[in-house]
Amino acid sequence: MKILVCITHVPDTTSKINFTDNNTRFDTTGVQFIIGPYDDYALARAIELKEAGGASVTVLNVGLADTEPTIRKALAIGADDAIRVNADPTDSFFVGAQIAEQVKAGGYDLILMGRESIDYNSGVVHGIVGELLGIPSISPVMKLEFEGTKAKLAREIEGGKEYLEVSLPFVAGCQEPIAEWKIPNMRGIMSARTKPLKVVEPVAVDSGVQLQKFELPPAKGSVKMVSADNVAELVTLLKNEAKVL
Amino acid sequence: MSSHTASETKKSLKQDLFEHPDFYALDDLLTEEHKLIRSSVRDFVKRNISPYIEDWAQRAHFPYEIVRKFGEIGAFGPTLPEEYGCGGLDYISYGLIMQEIERGDSGMRSTASVQGSLVMYPIYKFGNEQQRKKYLPKLASGEWLGCFGLTEPDHGSNPSGMVTHFKDMGDHFLLNGAKMWISNSPKADVAVVWAKNEAGRIQGLIVERGMEGFSTPETHGKWSLRASTTGELVFDNVKVPKENLLTGKDGLGAPMMCLDSARYGIAWGAIGAAMDCYESARRYAAERIQFGKPIASFQLVQKKLAEMLSEITKAQLLNWRLGVLMNEGKATTPQISLAKRNNVHVALEIAREARQIHGGMGITGEYPIMRHMMNLESVVTYEGTHDIHLLILGNKITGIPAFV
Ligand SMILES: Cc1cc2nc3c(=O)[nH]c(=O)nc-3n(C[C@H](O)[C@H](O)[C@H](O)COP(=O)(O)OP(=O)(O)OC[C@H]3O[C@@H](n4cnc5c(N)ncnc54)[C@H](O)[C@@H]3O)c2cc1C
Repeated sequence: MKILVCITHVPDTTSKINFTDNNTRFDTTGVQFIIGPYDDYALARAIELKEAGGASVTVLNVGLADTEPTIRKALAIGADDAIRVNADPTDSFFVGAQIAEQVKAGGYDLILMGRESIDYNSGVVHGIVGELLGIPSISPVMKLEFEGTKAKLAREIEGGKEYLEVSLPFVAGCQEPIAEWKIPNMRGIMSARTKPLKVVEPVAVDSGVQLQKFELPPAKGSVKMVSADNVAELVTLLKNEAKVL
Repeated sequence: MSSHTASETKKSLKQDLFEHPDFYALDDLLTEEHKLIRSSVRDFVKRNISPYIEDWAQRAHFPYEIVRKFGEIGAFGPTLPEEYGCGGLDYISYGLIMQEIERGDSGMRSTASVQGSLVMYPIYKFGNEQQRKKYLPKLASGEWLGCFGLTEPDHGSNPSGMVTHFKDMGDHFLLNGAKMWISNSPKADVAVVWAKNEAGRIQGLIVERGMEGFSTPETHGKWSLRASTTGELVFDNVKVPKENLLTGKDGLGAPMMCLDSARYGIAWGAIGAAMDCYESARRYAAERIQFGKPIASFQLVQKKLAEMLSEITKAQLLNWRLGVLMNEGKATTPQISLAKRNNVHVALEIAREARQIHGGMGITGEYPIMRHMMNLESVVTYEGTHDIHLLILGNKITGIPAFV
């Protein structure tokens, strides 16, 4: 089984978010980048499948050269090789189209990625890839087991879980608890040095999306504590200050 | 002793938020690979050590399962060659690994640095190919735990006076004597033991658990390094096979070479503990309100934080430069002494100041401070005491040894 794991290169969850160029660009100064946490789950499950035998794992990232340390980390975690599509990942359709192209070229059976990236959080790339390739796409997947070539999946749905059986090839957007994140070990980091990382040029895509500007959410208001036996004060505050009554 | 078992370990619900201070942008001097090594070990510590360490330390429990986990991540002998199951990494990487583990706990770092620098290193350096092949892969993976026996009840700072000795009996050696204060000893599978031969020369022997007459009683009642296990090594007519002698080097210089490698790791490790204390104090000072303001707004608290950051930054520079010298094979014993002594000393001072910033909370297990502080009291004594390192430097400066 040939597995392709698509990873994003995203700001660490604790990063301070700022914008430059008149609020049209995300300011990366001082920002630590990591593998998208949901992608990390997908990668961990892929490595487990590889360790169980009979699978190879390729990681793919659509990004410029500065994403290579993130890709090397995925190789250190245990992927066999990597592809970087040399382009700024401007929007979901662009990224989905690049991934679909690489799946066609590489003949992958299973395409795993996170349920969403944690920078723009659109959560649509898996659907786009499935659609472009005419294969099933399922998300968010919390469990992925194989019985022969049949996959048994558990998916989170509104208020419950859905159990599915799917045959290869398909796309899955993953989330916890599909696997536990893997921490690279020292031998993995050493061997990642020499694993192949292929850089390919993007295919032309007509992007329907153009970014206008960014805006930060309003700052959090301060908290007022009202004692539990002072309901009258609470009502007054809700009426006069919060103006919700 | 507590009757708790490992499975009863209490998991702390507090999240470990540690990020290292990097005031002089020393990260710019590191490669991407160094940074990946550091973040991997940091994640390892946050997952496997931070949630449990308070509980282990409070009940003086050595979490034996950590040995395998250290093996898996590659914390044992990371600079030794890959053909023996080791990492083949450089000394900056080794330093970063020790820094991150000791940031979690000095006792955990002791377990790792004894295994790597004091057990695997001498077997690699002074052992033959057969010995390397037999011991190194199992020690690297954590299948076996090792210990290093140099100190004796009556010979600490003066190891050359040791009385443990062995006699050539033709087909084996007969080993007699006792070692004290030996990290890992109660659970160790192998011990690298330094003893005098019949000519009075110090040589290393590999002693294995199960050899008749060899026992490892545990030392109880420590107020420091409580999550690390310490004990004695007692040799009562132990028959050691001849192939277990390390023949590559004899004399006190052999164990001293091991100590250089371990002391280098301690110089980095101690600053890990110091950074944890500083970061905890910085966060606490911002949150703790007294007199209607965060205590961080008071000049006396700011002075403490500013001094801590100054010492941490100087020590980081020292470590980085020493690491480069180690990589080039140029670092000298006095240079390593200076860094070990300085960094452990400033770490201890930082822990004490950080404890004050935490007020009463600083003495509880809610914060890592008191544990680091008590741990560092061992670190300032072992691997050459604070004062012995002064004498090593004094000897280098003046050419006059003042040990006796
Ligand atoms: C928790 C722990 C773990 C340890 N693990 C190990 C281990 O794994 N393997 C191992 O071999 N050893 C180990 N040690 C032993 C450690 O290395 C010794 O404790 C250390 O070398 C000091 O020896 P000592 O305790 O006998 O003190 P002493 O040598 O008796 O020193 C007492 C004091 O006298 C001072 N002093 C001694 N000589 C002089 C001098 N000439 N001039 C001025 N001052 C002097 C010292 O600086 C010190 O302040 C460990 C110790 C501890 C506490």
